[in-house]
Amino acid sequence: MSGTTITTDILIIGGGPAGMAAAVAASESGRRVTIVDDNPRLGGQIWRAELGKNGSPDANKLLAALAERRIDLINNAQIFGTDRDRSLLAETGAGTITLGYNKLIVATGARERFLAFPGWTLPGVFGAGGLQALVKGGFDVSGKRILVAGTGPLLLVVAEYLRSKGAQIAAIVEQAPVSKIIRFGLGLWNAPAKLAQGLELRSRLAGIPYPKGSWIKSVRKTGEMLTAAISKGGRERQFECEYVACGFHLVPNIELPSLLGCSIVQGFVSVDEYQRSSIPTILAAGEPTGIGGVEAALIEGKIAGFASTDETRKAEALFAKRDRTSRFAESLKATFALRNELLTLAEAETFVCRCEDVTFGVLKDFNSWREAKLQTRCGMGPCQGRVCGAACEFLFKWHVDSVRPPIFPVKLENL
Amino acid sequence: MTYDIAIIGAGIVGAACAASLSREGMSVALIEAKGIATGTTAAGMGHIVVMDDSEAQFALSDLSQKLWNEMATRLPTDCEYEHCGTIWVAADEQEMAEVRRKHAFYSARGLTSEVLDEKALHDAEPNLREGLAGGLLVTGDSVVYQLKATSYLIEDAKPAKVISGRKVTNVASDGVWLETNEKIRAKYIVNAAGIGAASLSPELKIIKRKGHLVITDRYPGFVSHQLIELGYLKSAHGKDSDSVAFNAQPRSTGQILLGSSRQFGIDDAGVDRELLRRMTSRAFEYMPRLRELSAVRTWTGFRPATPDNLPYIGRIGDSNVFAAAGHEGLGITTSLGTAELITDEILGRDSRIDRTPYSPNREVAAH
Repeated sequence: MSGTTITTDILIIGGGPAGMAAAVAASESGRRVTIVDDNPRLGGQIWRAELGKNGSPDANKLLAALAERRIDLINNAQIFGTDRDRSLLAETGAGTITLGYNKLIVATGARERFLAFPGWTLPGVFGAGGLQALVKGGFDVSGKRILVAGTGPLLLVVAEYLRSKGAQIAAIVEQAPVSKIIRFGLGLWNAPAKLAQGLELRSRLAGIPYPKGSWIKSVRKTGEMLTAAISKGGRERQFECEYVACGFHLVPNIELPSLLGCSIVQGFVSVDEYQRSSIPTILAAGEPTGIGGVEAALIEGKIAGFASTDETRKAEALFAKRDRTSRFAESLKATFALRNELLTLAEAETFVCRCEDVTFGVLKDFNSWREAKLQTRCGMGPCQGRVCGAACEFLFKWHVDSVRPPIFPVKLENL
Repeated sequence: MTYDIAIIGAGIVGAACAASLSREGMSVALIEAKGIATGTTAAGMGHIVVMDDSEAQFALSDLSQKLWNEMATRLPTDCEYEHCGTIWVAADEQEMAEVRRKHAFYSARGLTSEVLDEKALHDAEPNLREGLAGGLLVTGDSVVYQLKATSYLIEDAKPAKVISGRKVTNVASDGVWLETNEKIRAKYIVNAAGIGAASLSPELKIIKRKGHLVITDRYPGFVSHQLIELGYLKSAHGKDSDSVAFNAQPRSTGQILLGSSRQFGIDDAGVDRELLRRMTSRAFEYMPRLRELSAVRTWTGFRPATPDNLPYIGRIGDSNVFAAAGHEGLGITTSLGTAELITDEILGRDSRIDRTPYSPNREVAAH
């Protein structure tokens, strides 16, 4: 397959909710639509494991529509670069393929934000979503005591999932203050479905401590167990557990649109009401345009799908609904904004970049991401700054930019 | 105030000049348009190599290597200065003749090198393909993480002033003008602005020569020496067409830095995939197992080339402006020698090597 060129009309990168919704909407025009995903299965981080079996009705409806519309799927293909105008390069098990398009829809989702605190690189300390994905893949947590810490609604979702797989949740430690959480909860009266989901989730997690305004300070290894130090109301509390699952909200995957030259504003792809980026042939939907969760991703994907096929009326009909989900995204952002105390967790010897073993003490004296990168190789390892870049953005307020190809490591022969 | 020296450009050449002149007690203002070591210095390989393509190139690179070795004892470990040696790889008998010529050249000038036959080459670098004719191991060559070394030179220099992020727009006889309309007064000015040097000193002829590099993930021990194909000499100096050559460098991290490409007449800094693939294909011809390694990053840079392949070092005309620019792909190596020559000339001293071949006032035949 190496050297193969595939040309399509609408090329969609990412087969999560936004990409699936975009594909179904775009296919209404009868044009050729192709989804490329780096995973063997569709669904994205959120739906992948359950898709088709006991997945959500939304997911299964989309899956059925995709099958019916005969949308091309290219799985296990990692986009790593660009070729000539309007074509991308993807590495597959059989070599590199070139993907030509008329319109591109970026639906690349988000990843977890990690923060540097003493012990975050210890074995047994996971990203919350990462641990959930591991368990979905067969990792056994039954009978294990797990502390879930960080911020945002994802913590509750992960805690409930882990509990359902037999784990014992020591606590769910939320850094946002209780006052903001209450305001957020009240705001949900405008979105009854979300409120119902939230209440249901909370009731299933009844009995599990859920301290707010509380955050993880450090993790250390004590024999076979981990001991996590938690700050709550100025006091420190210790939790013994086998695993720690941490999630400090999400960071959008914007490496591809950055490489393509789309305008990025405050870390997100800048889009107009039709989900069009600053480059007219490139649209974006879902988390890359703002962290808004599944509902926002679905509606934005649909708008992008219609807009990419010039079905402007159909797109416009969805604007009001999208505006509601955008308001939800705004309130998520305000509620779960990271508190300044988290800036003080890292100690001089705490690693910030775990690929290149660069510590907080070394980084703190630099003035910019580029300078730190060149002098310390921070962000220049195999993860290419996906983990430490977001941490540095928060810790040092650096503008983390300069995406270089390949955006994912790729075999030299496939470059 | 008036500084003794204003240096334009804080790449490795400007940093070396700052260190050398400060050591002589002069007050130095180091002025950098973007950031410390973010231009050609950042884009290159960090290979400390003695070249033999002309007597003048040899003299400067040999002097420079001696200065690097002296400095190596003081360099912090994070500069990753490693005496890995260079192997000039010969594919066939014709290139083995070049190996023997180089060996004689270096030996006559007191430099240690060792002719490797097919088996010795294979033992030294087992990942090279079988059937290569041999090579020349030049044991004194090294690699360095040139960005840290540049920082070290500046820390060592403790220049009176470092101005970063402001561009010099004009050079006058008594100082330089910044884009902010400030004037930095100085008795002497050193133009070490790399590819930007000619825009400030129009007497200099500097052409941008674009190069591509790729770096891999960590594979400790995969390559042990800096490896350069001898075909390099034939292909890399072609003036008209784009060229590629096999050039692999072991980093102390276990990563492999792979080059090289040369292109004239291109201003676009983007990665040219076709050329990149030509470059990696050339590398696979020498090291087939490279194919399977994971590439983590590619980038490009511009070498400041001169028409006769020699840098400009010295006073421009009878002005107060000294050139330290046009080092093409050898700036990391020759930075230290350049700094010594500039310092000598400013202080009115003789140098250890003849300075005239590098004079900016030389007649440069256009190729």
